[in-house]
Amino acid sequence: MVAGGTDLTLQLRRAERRRKLRAVALTLPLLVFLLVFFLVPLAQLLVRAVENPEVADALPRTGQALARWDRSSPPPATAYAAIIEDFTNLRETAQAGVLARRLNSEVSGARSLVMGTYRALPFGDDLTPEAARDKLVAHDPRWSELPYWHAIAQNTSRWTPDYLLASVDLKRTPTGGIVRVDSEAAAFSDILGRTFEISAVVSIIALLLGYPLAYWLSTLGERKANMMLILVLLPFWTSVLVRIAAWIVLLQNNGLVNRFLMAIGLTDTPVPLLFNRLGVIIAMVHILLPFMILPLYSVMKSVPTNYLRAAISLGSPPLAAFFRVYLPQTYPGIFAGSLLVFISSIGYYVTPALLGGAGDQMLSYYVAQYTNVEVNWGMACALGSVLLTATLVLYTLYRRVSRAELSLG
Amino acid sequence: MKLKPVLLALAAMASLPALAQNITVVNFGGANGAAQKKAYFDAYEKGGAKVTSVEYNGEQAKIKAMVEAKKVTWDVVEVESPDINRGCDEGLFEKLDWSKVGNKADFQPAAVHECGVGIFVWSTVMAYNGDKLTTPPTTWADFWDTKKFPGKRGLRKGARYNLEFALMADGVKSADVYKVLATKEGADRAFKKMTELKPNIQWWEAGAQPPQFLVAGDVAMTTAYNGRIDAAQREGKNLKITWTGGIYDLDYWVMPKGTPNKDAALKFITLASTPDAQAEYAKNISYGPTNNKALTKLDAKVLNQLPTSAANSKDALQFNIKFWADQGEALEKRFAAWAAQ
Repeated sequence: MVAGGTDLTLQLRRAERRRKLRAVALTLPLLVFLLVFFLVPLAQLLVRAVENPEVADALPRTGQALARWDRSSPPPATAYAAIIEDFTNLRETAQAGVLARRLNSEVSGARSLVMGTYRALPFGDDLTPEAARDKLVAHDPRWSELPYWHAIAQNTSRWTPDYLLASVDLKRTPTGGIVRVDSEAAAFSDILGRTFEISAVVSIIALLLGYPLAYWLSTLGERKANMMLILVLLPFWTSVLVRIAAWIVLLQNNGLVNRFLMAIGLTDTPVPLLFNRLGVIIAMVHILLPFMILPLYSVMKSVPTNYLRAAISLGSPPLAAFFRVYLPQTYPGIFAGSLLVFISSIGYYVTPALLGGAGDQMLSYYVAQYTNVEVNWGMACALGSVLLTATLVLYTLYRRVSRAELSLG
Repeated sequence: MKLKPVLLALAAMASLPALAQNITVVNFGGANGAAQKKAYFDAYEKGGAKVTSVEYNGEQAKIKAMVEAKKVTWDVVEVESPDINRGCDEGLFEKLDWSKVGNKADFQPAAVHECGVGIFVWSTVMAYNGDKLTTPPTTWADFWDTKKFPGKRGLRKGARYNLEFALMADGVKSADVYKVLATKEGADRAFKKMTELKPNIQWWEAGAQPPQFLVAGDVAMTTAYNGRIDAAQREGKNLKITWTGGIYDLDYWVMPKGTPNKDAALKFITLASTPDAQAEYAKNISYGPTNNKALTKLDAKVLNQLPTSAANSKDALQFNIKFWADQGEALEKRFAAWAAQ
C-alpha cells in the first residue's frame, strides 16, 4: 500500500511536471518575443536615461585636471592644456561631434565652441599650460566663460542624473545642489500634468458615452448585439490618420458641425473646435471608445438581470436599484475599460500633433522631438522613463483602490 | 548546345549590376517627392537601374540607428540643413567627393557642403488667400496686426522661424535678426512679441496644413512652405505669397556612412545636380535650383515663383544653421514652456 502510494505521488508529480513543461513550451515563443522586443529595449531605455559616456570618453585628461577645481574661480591652466591634448587625441570628427552635442544640451553654444576649436587644431606642440590657455581664449573668448567649464566638469562621470532631473524641471548647480530650473525653461512638469489631465478627461468622457451604449448592447439579443459590436469595432478598421482627417473635415470652421450649429442659431460665429484641446479630446475619445465599450460589455453580459428585478420588486425605485445593485456589479468593467483607455491615451502622439495647438502636446510629442529633431536620446529616454514610472505608479495605486483582478498583461 | 542560351542569360544577369546599380533614395514624399521622381529618379532609371523610393519625415534617429548598427539600407537621403551639419559633425554621412559632382563655383555657396550638396532652395513665407484678403499684407508687422487684418494666423509649432518672424514684426531688420536673437534680451523680445499674437494663433504641424487652412478660411494669413502654396496655386486656388522677410533654406543630398552602394549613390547625386535635371525639377515645383546654370534654362514665369529669383530673395533671410545648432534645444524647450503658459 505504501509503495503504491508513493508510486501514485510520483505519477502525479510527473504528470504535473509534464503539464508545467507544456505550459512553458506553449508560452515560450511569447516570452522570448516579449524579452527581445519589449523588456530588453525597455531596459536599454532606462540605461540610456542615465548613461553619460560622451565627456568621459572624449576628455579624460580634462576631467582629471578639473577634478579639484572649485567651480567658482577660473579653471586651472592645466585644464586648458589637457583639453587641447584630449582634442588632439580624438580619433575621428565623430567623437568631437558627439561631445559637442552633449555639451550643447547643457550649455547653448557649446556645439560651435567645441567644433570650432576642434577644427582649428593643431595649436602647436609643447605648449605650457599658460600658453595653451592663451591660445584657446584667443581662438574663442568663450573659453574663459565658466558655464562651459561647468558643463565639462559636471559630466566627467559615466552616469548622470541630469536627464532625469531635467525631465522633472530640476537641475544640478555647479556646486552640487539641486534646484528648480528657471521658469522660462520649466516645461516638463506642465507637460506631464497635461498628459495625465487629457488622458483622464478622455477616459471619463469615454466612460460616460460608453456605459449606456454597452448597457444597451448587453440587453440585445445575440444576433443584434453582434451586429452592433461590429459597428463599434468599425473604426478599428480605418487608420488613425484617416479618422483624424475626417475630424478635420467635420470640425473645421465651415465644417458640418459648425454649419449645423450656426444654422440652428446656437452661435453666430464658428466655434473653434479644432487645433485646440477640445479637438484633441473629441478625436481621442472617438478613437479609444471601443476600448471602453468592449470590457464594459463583456462584464455587463455576465451580470444576471434578476438581481435588478428583485431589487425593484422589493420596492426600490429603479434609479436607486441601478446605482446600488447594477452599477457595483459592473465595477470590474468600468475599471478595466478606464484603465485601458487611460493607459492608451498617455502615449498618444499623432492625434494631438495634428489636432492640437502648441499647448496641447502630450509627453510623447517631446519624446519624438528629442529623438528626431534634437537627437538628444538621453533626454528622450529620461522623458520616456518618467512616463513609464508615472504610469506604473498609477497602475499600482489603481490596483490597490480597485482591488479588481485585472489581467492586462 | 541547349546550355548556351542559359549561360548567356546567366552572364547577362551577372553583368547587370555592373552596368547600373539599384539604389534606395529617401525623401520627404508629397509634391516635392513627385517632382524629384520626375526630374531625378526617372533620369537615373534611364541607365537601367531601379530607384527604390522611401519616404521619411526627417527622422535622423533612423539614420543614426542604421549607421550605428552598420546596417545601412539607405543610399541617398534628403536631409534638412541643420541635420547635414550635425550629422556631418557626428560622422553619420560619407564625405562627398566634389571632383566627381561638379564645379563648386556653379553652385549657390550654401549648397556646397563637405558631406553633401544642396538639392533645392525652399522658403518659409507669409501666405494668404487672395479671394479673402483684398489688401495684401506686405510685412511681418502686418502679419502681427490683427486689427488691420482680423482673423487667425497660422504658425508652425515650434520656435524655429517663428522667433525670427516675431523679431522682424517688432522692427528688427532682416540682416540683424540672428544677432538680436542670440542675446538674452533678443530672445525675451521675440517671445514677448509671440505672446502678443498668441490668442490668434492656429498652429500647424504638417506642411500640407497651411494651404488647407487658407482655403477653408480658418486663418487670414499663415506661414507656409512656398512649394506648398505653389502646389495649391497649380490646383487653381487663389493663394498668394508675400516674399518679404521669408526665411530660405536648403535641403541636401547625403549618403549615410557605410552605404554599400556608395558609387551608385554618388552617380545619382551627380546626375541630380546637373543643370538639366535641376531645371526640370524647378518646372515641377517652385523650389530654387542650387546649380546656378539651371536658372538660365527656365522662363520668367517659372522664375517668378522661385525663392532664388532676384525679386523674391531681395528681403529674404537665410536660415542660420549655426545659430539654431547652438541655441535650438534651449529655445525649443523655452517655446514648450511658453506654450504651456
